[in-house]
Amino acid sequence: MALRSSTRLGVAMFAPALIYIAAVVGLPLCLAFLYSVGDVRVGSVGYHFVGLDNFRSVLRSPTFRRSLANSFVFTIVTQLIVIVCANLLALALRDRFRGRGFVRFLVLLPWVAPISLGAIGWKWLLDSIYSVVNWVLVHLHLVRPFDAPMWLGEPRLAMASVILVHAWRMLPFSTVILLAGLTSIPKDIPEAAAVDGAGFWRSYFRIVLPMMTPIINVAVLFGVIFTFTDMTVVYILTRGGPYDSTQVLPSLAFFTGILGSDLSEGAAISVFLVPILAVIAILMLRVAQKAEVV
Amino acid sequence: MPAERGPRRSRLTRAGRWVVLVGFAVALAFPFLWMLVTSFKRTSDLYNTANDPFLFNEPPTLAHLKLLFGETLFLRWLANTTAVGILVVVLTLALAVPAAYALTRLTGRWGPRLGIGIFLTYLIPPTLLFIPLSRLVARLGLQDSLWSIILVYPSFTVPFSIWLLMGFFKSIPRELEEAGMVDGLTRFQAFLRLVVPISVSGILTVVIFTFTLVTQEFVYALTFISSEAHQTVGVGVPIYLVRGDVYYWGSLMAACLITSVPIAILYNVFLDRFIAGFTVGAVK
Repeated sequence: MALRSSTRLGVAMFAPALIYIAAVVGLPLCLAFLYSVGDVRVGSVGYHFVGLDNFRSVLRSPTFRRSLANSFVFTIVTQLIVIVCANLLALALRDRFRGRGFVRFLVLLPWVAPISLGAIGWKWLLDSIYSVVNWVLVHLHLVRPFDAPMWLGEPRLAMASVILVHAWRMLPFSTVILLAGLTSIPKDIPEAAAVDGAGFWRSYFRIVLPMMTPIINVAVLFGVIFTFTDMTVVYILTRGGPYDSTQVLPSLAFFTGILGSDLSEGAAISVFLVPILAVIAILMLRVAQKAEVV
Repeated sequence: MPAERGPRRSRLTRAGRWVVLVGFAVALAFPFLWMLVTSFKRTSDLYNTANDPFLFNEPPTLAHLKLLFGETLFLRWLANTTAVGILVVVLTLALAVPAAYALTRLTGRWGPRLGIGIFLTYLIPPTLLFIPLSRLVARLGLQDSLWSIILVYPSFTVPFSIWLLMGFFKSIPRELEEAGMVDGLTRFQAFLRLVVPISVSGILTVVIFTFTLVTQEFVYALTFISSEAHQTVGVGVPIYLVRGDVYYWGSLMAACLITSVPIAILYNVFLDRFIAGFTVGAVK
């Protein structure tokens, strides 16, 4: 079959990227599923199909169940905090004012700086003895000097710390996405509402927020992916501890599969990320489709 | 009555805006300010719980910076990161620029669909792929080599770059290449000599985006690279500057700040273009 020359050129120009992605994303993705139903360890040779054994052993483990629950708490609470704060912050940053560029730079720092470095900064801020956060709390008489919170050493506080640090990291990202949505709303619509006597918050909830829904969806979908699949904050702040109280699926997969050398069980754990990712991908496609239709 | 109400409410809103802005700016930027303060404080000052941590109770010192640059592998890690960044940028451009052009111009109605397919691969996270990849890297004999991450990093830079560049190429009028082809250029020559030069700012965005992503990556570098000398800054600083349980907080914070600020400035300049890539057409 003779292809048009432009089509042939198109295939030739697209093929290298496609082959690369197939080899470095597609192949390992398939292998992840294959490992999860096999018995692959570091240094092992050959492959035996073991069915759902890995999943069974993983589901029986209390650490895994804890991590699964933590992953959902971690993601949902982080995103709730982020989306409320991001709406507020985007609204405050919408109009031009002197110093806006500088404020935007400060606000963006947590997102643009490498997260592993931001997280180690927080580890210092939340240190068990020299925490400046505790120093402030003590001097505001909110906690007693010898009873200061052990942010990373006590299970509930450790979870709260991990969530807050991740919210700190994700907030700038959601804010700038919402800001892009906010500035695309024609100015005369809220102004017309103001002329009709609608107050600021009334016009915000009745007019601006509904118009922002698609863009808020985008911010939340990306936010969920970046939070649910991240292990950096947990790894640096707590290594999943104390007593696995902050362990999440990606970090558990790392400890089991890489440090514990049990590739198959690690793969089985990370495969639990897939259903959530699939749901997000479908929702994302719907957003993209709607955007094209309109 | 309503006429009187209007301005008062707007003044209140304006004051509220400043409260929100100052509050968030402080909360979000504070850790970086604290890195700066910590970098110049004497260790005895840092570790005296009787001191006010917001003051320099002893004269500032450069000892932490001397330790960082003189006795750690920090400079080596910076050099590693830069080298990896440059090579990943080259690979990303070589793969993404032609692919994005092909998808916008040469694949007809399949283009947008393939584009979305490519975009979806960006959603597959490292934490799903790192276990099989660790074995593939070992098979290729690349464990503990910077080549392992050079080879793997384009897996997250290429999809997003294709997506960004597709938006860019769409805005170039078709007549540009058609005129060139009338003048005797082939389609590929028209792409190289006409389209690429006027897309410099889009390509530059991809370069900056790729480079910042390389500096931010943590999981793959942690997984594939095991010796101290082969680390990138993102892993070297938080993992290898800590000896056992001893944290050199002064040097550690200096390293974080020195690495973060240039990246932040670079990213900030190109911010609006990155955002256009994330909003998937939900914003016009």
